[in-house]
Amino acid sequence: MSSAHFFATIIRRDLLLAWQQRGDLLVGVVFFVLVACLFPLAIGPEPKLLARIGPGVLWVAAILANLLALPRLFNNDWQDGSLEQLLITPTPASVMVAGKLTAHWLTTGVPLTLIAPLLGIQYGLENDTLLTLIASLLLGTPTLSALGSIGAALTLGVRQGEMLLALLVLPLYAPVLIFGSGAVAAVAGGLSGMAELSLLAAILCATLFLAPWLAAMAVKLAVE
Amino acid sequence: MKPPHSPRWLNLFSFASPMQFYPLAGRLIPLFMALAILLCAAGFWIGFAIAPGDAQQGEGYRIIFLHVPTSWMAMFIYVVMAFWSVMHLILRTRLSAMMAQALAPTGALMAFLSLFTGALWGKPMWGTWWVWDARLTSMLLLFFLYLGFIALTRSIDEPDRADKAGSVLAIVGVFNVPVIYFSVKWWNTLHQGASISMEKGSSMASTMLVAMLLMSLAAWMYSIASCLSRVRTLILQREGYTRWVKERIAQGEK
Repeated sequence: MSSAHFFATIIRRDLLLAWQQRGDLLVGVVFFVLVACLFPLAIGPEPKLLARIGPGVLWVAAILANLLALPRLFNNDWQDGSLEQLLITPTPASVMVAGKLTAHWLTTGVPLTLIAPLLGIQYGLENDTLLTLIASLLLGTPTLSALGSIGAALTLGVRQGEMLLALLVLPLYAPVLIFGSGAVAAVAGGLSGMAELSLLAAILCATLFLAPWLAAMAVKLAVE
Repeated sequence: MKPPHSPRWLNLFSFASPMQFYPLAGRLIPLFMALAILLCAAGFWIGFAIAPGDAQQGEGYRIIFLHVPTSWMAMFIYVVMAFWSVMHLILRTRLSAMMAQALAPTGALMAFLSLFTGALWGKPMWGTWWVWDARLTSMLLLFFLYLGFIALTRSIDEPDRADKAGSVLAIVGVFNVPVIYFSVKWWNTLHQGASISMEKGSSMASTMLVAMLLMSLAAWMYSIASCLSRVRTLILQREGYTRWVKERIAQGEK
C-alpha cells in the first residue's frame, strides 16, 4: 500500500469511527458555543465592548474546545491495541499520525470554523471581520491539531495525562492565538490583517512539516 | 579486538558513559561552585558599592544585577536543554537526556527569579507589578514550558520513555520560543503601543556593565554546578543496580 493510499485509508477510518460516536463531536462544538455565550453574561452585553473582545473570546474558546478533543486523538486506539497494529504496517508512522491528525482537524477544527460566524454575528462583528475570522480559524486550527498531536502522544497513558496535556500544549498554542485573534482585530480596526494571516500560514507549514514526525516518535514511545 | 588508536585525553565521548562522568562531575562541582561564589561576591561588591546610582532610576535600578543575569540564563538554559535533547535522540546517549532533565529545574528557577525580580523592579519604576509586555509575557510562557518539561519527565516512570518524551518536548519548545517571542512582540506593538522600552544598555556606565557581566558569569557557573550535582543524583538513581555504584557505596565514597 502506498503512503498516499495509507494516509487516505487512515483518514477514512478515523472519520468513520468519529461518525459512529457523533456525540463526542457535538461535545466540542457545544462547549465552544457555551464558552462563547458565557462571556456576554459575565462582562455585560454592551455591543461595542462585545465587538472589541469577540475575536479574542472566540479564539480562546476554539483553543479550549480543541484541547478538550485532543485526548481522543490517540487514546481509544491505544487502549484497544489498534495503535500498535497501525505502527507495525510498513508505511512510516508519521504518515499514520498525519492521517489521524487530518481526521482530527476535520472533526474538530472544521465544525468550529463553520459555527464561528454565527457566534461572530452575535458578538456584532462586521462582514469583512467575519470573513477574516473564518480564514484565521481555517489556517489556525490545523496548527492546533498538529501541535496538539505531539502533546497527546507524549501524555498517552501518563498519570494525570489530561492536566499535563494542557500544561504542555497551551504555551505552544500562544502564537496561534495571538496571530489568529490579531488578524481579526486588525481588520476590525481598519487594517488589512494579511500580515497575521501570512504568519499563521507560515506557522502552519512549519508545524505540518515537523509535527507528524515528532508525534510519531512520541507515539512509538507510548506503545513500546 | 583492540579499539582504534585514540589518545585518552581526546576521547570526550568516553565521558558520555555515566560511570566515567560521575567522578568527573564530582570533581568539577566544587570548582564551579567556588567560581560562582567568587564571581558573585565580586559582582555584588562592584554592583552595590562601586557602581554609581542611575541618573533616572536612582538606587532602585540595582536589581538589574540579579534581573538581567537570571533572564539571560533562563533563555540560554532552554537552548542547552534542547541541544542535549537532540544529542540524546541522535546519539542515543542516556547521559544527554539526564543533562537535559538536570538543567530544567535550574532553568525554571532562573525564569521564576527573572519574573520575580522584574516585578520588584517594575513596581517602583513603572508603578505596576506586571504589564503584558512582550518580554514579560514570553518569559512567563517560557516558565510554563519549563514546568511542562519537568512535569512530563517526572510523571513517566520508565526512564527510557521519560528521556525520549522530554527530548521531543524540549525540541518542540525550542522552535516555539522565538515564535512566541516575536508573536508577543507583534501583538504588543499592534494593539497597545509599547510604552515601555527596556533598552537602555547603551547608556550604561562601565562599572555597571562589569558588575552585570560578573553576575552573569556567576549565574552561569552556579547553573553548571547545580546541574552537575543534579545529574549525579540522577545517575545514582538510574544506575543504582550496577556494580560500580554498589562498589562506590560499599567503599563509603560519595
